[in-house]
Amino acid sequence: MLQKIRIVLGTIFFVCITAMFLDFTGTAHRWLSWMAKLQFLPAVLGLNILAILIVLALTLLSGRIYCSVICPAGVYQDLVSKIASKKKKNRFSFSKENRILRFSVLGVFVVLLLVGLNGIAILIAPYSAYGRMVQNLLQPIYIGVNNLLARAAEHYESYAFYEVDVWIRSLPVFIVAVVTFIAFTVLAWRGGRTWCNNVCPVGTVLGYVSKFSLFKIRIDDSKCVNCKMCEKNCKSSCIDIKTHTIDHSRCVSCMTCLTKCKKDAIHFSIASKANTTADQPDTTLRAMLTTGAVLAASSVAKAQEKQFDGGLAIIEDKKVPARDIPVKPAGSHSLRSFTNSCTGCQLCVAACPNGVLRPSTNLSTFMQPEMGFERGYCRPECTRCGEVCPAGAINPITREQKTSIRAGHAVWIRQNCVPVTDSVACGNCARHCPSGAIMMVPLEDNPGLKIPTIDTERCIGCGACEHLCPSRPLSAIYVEGNLVHGEM
Amino acid sequence: MQPINRRDFLGIAAAATAATALTTVGCNNSDNTISTRGGSASASSEIPTDKMTMRRNPKTGDQVSVLGYGMMRLPTTSKTSARESDDEIDQETVNELCDYAIAHGLNLFDTSPAYCKGRSEHAMGIALSRHKRSEYFVSTKLSNFGSQTWSREASIAMYRNSMKELQVDYIDYLLLHGIGMTAWDGNGKELTGMESFENRYINNGVLDFLMAEREAGRIKNLGFSYHGDIKVFDYLLSQHDKHHWDFALIQMNYVDWKWANQVNPRNTNAEYLYAELWEKRQIPVFVMEPLLGGRLARLPQHPTEMLKAKRPESSIASWSFRWIASHPGVLSILSGMTYMEHLQDNLRSLCPLDPLTDDDFTFMQHVADEFVKFPLVPCTGCQYCMPCPYGIDIPTAFSHYNRCVNEGNIAVSRMDANFFEARQRFLIGYDRLVERKRQAAHCIGCGQCKPHCPQNIDIPARLNDINDYMEKLKQWTL
Repeated sequence: MLQKIRIVLGTIFFVCITAMFLDFTGTAHRWLSWMAKLQFLPAVLGLNILAILIVLALTLLSGRIYCSVICPAGVYQDLVSKIASKKKKNRFSFSKENRILRFSVLGVFVVLLLVGLNGIAILIAPYSAYGRMVQNLLQPIYIGVNNLLARAAEHYESYAFYEVDVWIRSLPVFIVAVVTFIAFTVLAWRGGRTWCNNVCPVGTVLGYVSKFSLFKIRIDDSKCVNCKMCEKNCKSSCIDIKTHTIDHSRCVSCMTCLTKCKKDAIHFSIASKANTTADQPDTTLRAMLTTGAVLAASSVAKAQEKQFDGGLAIIEDKKVPARDIPVKPAGSHSLRSFTNSCTGCQLCVAACPNGVLRPSTNLSTFMQPEMGFERGYCRPECTRCGEVCPAGAINPITREQKTSIRAGHAVWIRQNCVPVTDSVACGNCARHCPSGAIMMVPLEDNPGLKIPTIDTERCIGCGACEHLCPSRPLSAIYVEGNLVHGEM
Repeated sequence: MQPINRRDFLGIAAAATAATALTTVGCNNSDNTISTRGGSASASSEIPTDKMTMRRNPKTGDQVSVLGYGMMRLPTTSKTSARESDDEIDQETVNELCDYAIAHGLNLFDTSPAYCKGRSEHAMGIALSRHKRSEYFVSTKLSNFGSQTWSREASIAMYRNSMKELQVDYIDYLLLHGIGMTAWDGNGKELTGMESFENRYINNGVLDFLMAEREAGRIKNLGFSYHGDIKVFDYLLSQHDKHHWDFALIQMNYVDWKWANQVNPRNTNAEYLYAELWEKRQIPVFVMEPLLGGRLARLPQHPTEMLKAKRPESSIASWSFRWIASHPGVLSILSGMTYMEHLQDNLRSLCPLDPLTDDDFTFMQHVADEFVKFPLVPCTGCQYCMPCPYGIDIPTAFSHYNRCVNEGNIAVSRMDANFFEARQRFLIGYDRLVERKRQAAHCIGCGQCKPHCPQNIDIPARLNDINDYMEKLKQWTL
């Protein structure tokens, strides 16, 4: 029964979170973004106290339910493992905990976060890794099917579906997603929760929290007949029937053993004195406190930083201009706070309806989103990225706020500007600037033509000018990011 | 020059239905109550025969029906109107329409020697001669447009021929036809409105002749119809003391009131014309284009709903007739009614007139403001403008917009019942038809396309309008 409940809840979370990464219309996000906000690492980095408390309380109550229900990467591995178990039944056996590996990975992970190399650290962040997989590999298929439906709809004069571009935002991130996909799938196929119990930093932290949880899987020695059915079906390989012990730091409370035990010798229950097994509370407690303190410290450091924030002609495709500072979406306050909070989950990239957000390929900000305006610009009515971000890297803003946040500023490049190069009247940048930051002034050697000038104080860095500039492949006006997003 | 409106523009379907209906309505006109106009069914009640709103001609004291019959588009045997057909005029139907009109109190019939390829006066003469001369007023024009008719003799011959064709020995209302229009002289030179007027009526002494005819009683009222150059209009009124205009025919409806130049850049607001004629000089007004060539018979969703909410039983066209007739200086509204349905609907609107309230007037001005926001782009898709050096797909953008206008999928406000559907259709359809990088937003306004357009469309401006509309939809700021 408990297993069934776990499966149902896990499926709901899994499907909903996946749907959120697939949906390009913004519908799913409106109802489901809380599920992303419950994700542990984004919550820690975004200092979302409520989410952290909920997850910790849940773990202290009943173990790593989080890993079995809320984490989409965990549920994905369960899915793979289940298929593998169909082929080969009773395939698991107890293995010892590789504590050195777990703690070294966690340690390196925390250090990387502290020194600001989030781009590397988040490679192993479970939720983000899953998000990258879905956004890079599954969303194109989803959109492909949608586009087929849109074609059909067009044929029947229906407006129920519309076509959406499919494009690889960044090749390195795509490769990362492929590697992640292979790693998750292979590891889960061979050993169930191997990744979660050796690599995953969230798994390690919650594993040691769960040692103190109220409800645990417990073996009733008096009933157990040592048939090992529980051990053979434990995807975490944490049940040792020889000693009748369970490594609770690795148990994800999946409840499979309860179902497998035909002698009713395993229960999910509150501890009774007779049955307590040695948990080595001293070392684990220390480890947990240390980890918690380190994570909390890095979070506090970030929290402080946030206070300082403020018959058609051929059309060549646009190229990305070389920017000194990447442009980050309004709501991310500053480049530094953004870089420290973002887990690179690609939810905003998947949600961006204007083809603006794509993952960075820069090493220190690897996989974190940045803006580019070749396919569209950051439209005034859209605030979706801030709404979906679970990590607080992009904070939710209103449309009105968006009109006054200076995420970047436009820069004019004389030698690309068509009034200069082609001697034609233009002014498309000024015409479409939503904040009226561009003024056209007469060209000195040909006063009949006008060239744009930029009032940087009024520019919000939306990229309308860059996108709509007729100069190709490089626009005559492009956006430079602002290190700190000031407000007008 | 269209002193009568063209309502059967209303979509091929409606016209086809109406045309089919026409052949039968003549025979049993009393019980035909179906209106096909704009898809708005009129009330099926009996049209009263004694409730026609009458207006008093201040000079003669005549009681003139506020609805006048325009004879520009008479039905033909081929079931299209005689304006664009060479087929014979369906005299029997014309007779029936005239009989029906007279039976319901309509007593002013307007024609011109130019109408229906010169056959209108004759047909009208036949239809009306079957009634007592005292039952109707005839209105016709001195339509000496061609330079070959500019001589005194030719013009007078035209005038006399009108009397013969109409089978009358006096004309109730005679108009100088289309003053303000430009004309070509015999040498192929285009003359200004003022020069044309002088050639047609002054230099040959025709105006003096017509004034003498008025003295003699063969013309009861002398007036002019005005199109185009406002200088001629102002000049004629400045000569009012000399010529004593008895009436004038102008284009007037709630759109032309303040937005005439949106309808046609050469036109002058009816508000000005009406004030100059009636309010300053007490010259009564005949009105043409009451439905702006049929366009005011079908409006976008939002105003249609508002108007229907106010008067569920009334057609959209009826609002324009009531709006015009609510002006006391209007002597008669000349409406070209090809089909019995048009005649019946207009009779319902004005038998009797329920005048507009001040609120109604304010609302109709709002409707007019919205109307001029969504004119069709007169693009014929000839592709002369292409390729745009910056890659814009100009004709497709225009045709998509026009299609949305025609299908009623241009939203006027977020409150429109069909706003979401219209928004989706416009935006999704636009993306389907025009690649994003070829859409109007990318038009830089260089104007290189403009000289190529045979329709003289200000292409960059129209593209900009379309983009503005798209932005409003996308930003939900409509």
